[in-house]
Amino acid sequence: MQPIVAPTETEPLARALERPYQHGFVTEIESDSLPPGLDADVVREISRRKHEPKFLLEWRLAAFERWQKMPLPEWAHLNITPVDFQAQIYYSAPKSLADAKNAPKSLDEVDPKLLETYEKLGVPLHERAKLAGVAVDAVFDSVSVGTTFREQLAEVGVIFCSFSHAVEHHAELIERYLGTVVPPGDNFYAALNSAVFSDGSFVYVPKGVRCPMELSSYFRINAANTGQFERTLIIAEPGSHVSYLEGCTAPQRDEHQLHAAVVELIAHEDAYIKYSTVQNWYPGDEEGRGGIYNFVTKRGLCEGRRSHIAWTQVETGSAITWKYPSVVLRGDDSRGEFYSVAVTNHLQQADTGTKMVHLGRNTKSRIVSKGISAGRSHNSYRGLVRIAPTAANAHNHTQCDSLLIGGQCGAHTFPYVDAARSDAVVEHEATTTRISEERLFYCQQRGIAPEEATSLIVGGFCQAVLDELPMEFALEAKGLLAVSLEGAVG
Amino acid sequence: MTAKQPLLEVDALRVDVGERNVLKSVSLEVPAGALVVLMGANGSGKSTLGLTLAGHPRYRVTGGSARFAGHDLLARTPEERARAGLFVSFQAPPEIPGVKNNLFIRTALNAVREARGEPQLDAFDFLEEARGAARHLGLPDAMLGRPVNDGFSGGERKRNELLQLALLRPRLAILDEADSGMDVDGVRALVALVHELRAAGSAFIVVSHYQQLIESLEPDAVLRLDQGCIAERGGLELAAQIARTGFARTAAVAQGA
Repeated sequence: MQPIVAPTETEPLARALERPYQHGFVTEIESDSLPPGLDADVVREISRRKHEPKFLLEWRLAAFERWQKMPLPEWAHLNITPVDFQAQIYYSAPKSLADAKNAPKSLDEVDPKLLETYEKLGVPLHERAKLAGVAVDAVFDSVSVGTTFREQLAEVGVIFCSFSHAVEHHAELIERYLGTVVPPGDNFYAALNSAVFSDGSFVYVPKGVRCPMELSSYFRINAANTGQFERTLIIAEPGSHVSYLEGCTAPQRDEHQLHAAVVELIAHEDAYIKYSTVQNWYPGDEEGRGGIYNFVTKRGLCEGRRSHIAWTQVETGSAITWKYPSVVLRGDDSRGEFYSVAVTNHLQQADTGTKMVHLGRNTKSRIVSKGISAGRSHNSYRGLVRIAPTAANAHNHTQCDSLLIGGQCGAHTFPYVDAARSDAVVEHEATTTRISEERLFYCQQRGIAPEEATSLIVGGFCQAVLDELPMEFALEAKGLLAVSLEGAVG
Repeated sequence: MTAKQPLLEVDALRVDVGERNVLKSVSLEVPAGALVVLMGANGSGKSTLGLTLAGHPRYRVTGGSARFAGHDLLARTPEERARAGLFVSFQAPPEIPGVKNNLFIRTALNAVREARGEPQLDAFDFLEEARGAARHLGLPDAMLGRPVNDGFSGGERKRNELLQLALLRPRLAILDEADSGMDVDGVRALVALVHELRAAGSAFIVVSHYQQLIESLEPDAVLRLDQGCIAERGGLELAAQIARTGFARTAAVAQGA
């Protein structure tokens, strides 16, 4: 138990930690929303508005039926104000995008207000300004605004589009893969997502193709009282290679908003999928008012031999982050990796980690988790390494480090190992460090301001994870870390 | 600052730590380029003086003043004091895991250089300078690439403090038992560094118990601190007397008992 430090001692740290959320603005735009509440008719209406094929409507309704019978999960180390599922809005789209049939045909036809929003967020979409070498799918509330570089990618056979577009044009792929990695009944929030998911991104990389650019989705929640339930599906055919990154922000609002996404990855033989997340949802204010509930299910399947999936996440936002990007290592010699930096400040909570499920022979997994807690926040790492009886010569290495800033926050570690074989090698290392007043004062005595000292310390602490991000985003992530802990974290 | 004004001017300084009054009334002056030795029994307030001047948040000034280079030292943040040229060595410098020593020292040096109006050093130029200084102090190059003080022995930590002293070149350095825990070569390197920096104009307050070290530093003055006050001022003969008779005896003599 840590002593509560006297106010005079924490003063420079406290000052350092104050900095308003940078993306809290609201886009004033007319929306076409369903009324709050959820029943089978709402599910039908979402499907109807998206002009979906029958199989998908039936799939949604089956998921909805299951969801209704599922109890709320309560095992996480989280304190959650109950969500009133009947008070949420499950579908909201800007008027100009509401009807899929009359939606803009290209980004040039998109409402300038929407383009402006993304410009303000640092993700310009229109032709002249778009990010070089990075294709972007921009999702606004329940719909995709547009996707850049779609034609250039199509030339090499890569499909990168909104999920709705994929349902319309690549229904056979959706029907074949949807729910194969995260089944609708997997967990409470996955079932809810399966019933009401609206948009998200779809990626298909054909056999032997190395995707020529970074693919990226930018998720923005704008409307009030609205949940975002996106669905992302990435399929990498044998020998293909793709790197995908998602970014997330939301306006500053006093009530909690729900974000319950599902992400499924499928890597066939010799394929490689690198999935990176820079999550900066609105975290709520110092007193814990508002902020996003980020309850997400992400899982990758290493289906083929020598396939490889790597998750990298930098989680700085959200009132509550609750997610475990996982890898099922089915193919022999396949590899799974998980690199995570989770930052909590003020009253934020995080219960995050990964599951590595070893089924194939000679499968390897690596987990590097860095938790940073400041303010009165709580940050938990929860990880499961399972070695099945079929997984001969499996190997896992877990490194799990916590950094505490100030004396009122908490870091918790829940590592689970379930090994059914004696030839498995499972290694676990864990450390806890503190940015104590003594360390800060030492830096200050050498001329380094507390803000810069904190950023030095945090940077050193996270380096191993930041190194795994695509180069284009490593700097952004570093800046984001600095802002989330600003002052204390420079 | 006029030529006559001392670099450091402490007047009737009173300091509390928590509920306890540690310094009652300390007055002393350190002219630019001078070397003052501070002696005193354990608990007499030597470390408190250094940490208070450095601005440690737990050391609360309840009276008196301290001016450094013509400015009110106590009104400044710890980093501003450091940038103005005040260096205080730590008896037990903390480790900073994950932060490489060379990045740490370069960040400090560039903060100080910026305050002096000097250009920033890039990683390459810095490394060259740091390697030279490390060699002088008998520190292996590899130490620059390791996290700050992480896994360093007591002696290595002390040498690492000297390395920072050598690179930061302060106007006034307060060395708090910088020699304790160091081997003979380390102490020799310390003496050589102090002489070199003094020749370049740095002033020093050296806290030490060891007569041999004190003599080799050729101090301008020796002060004895007792129960939060400067009890005696003198030269090397005072240090020699303390070495002979100990603090208890010396204190009794000073009080005329």
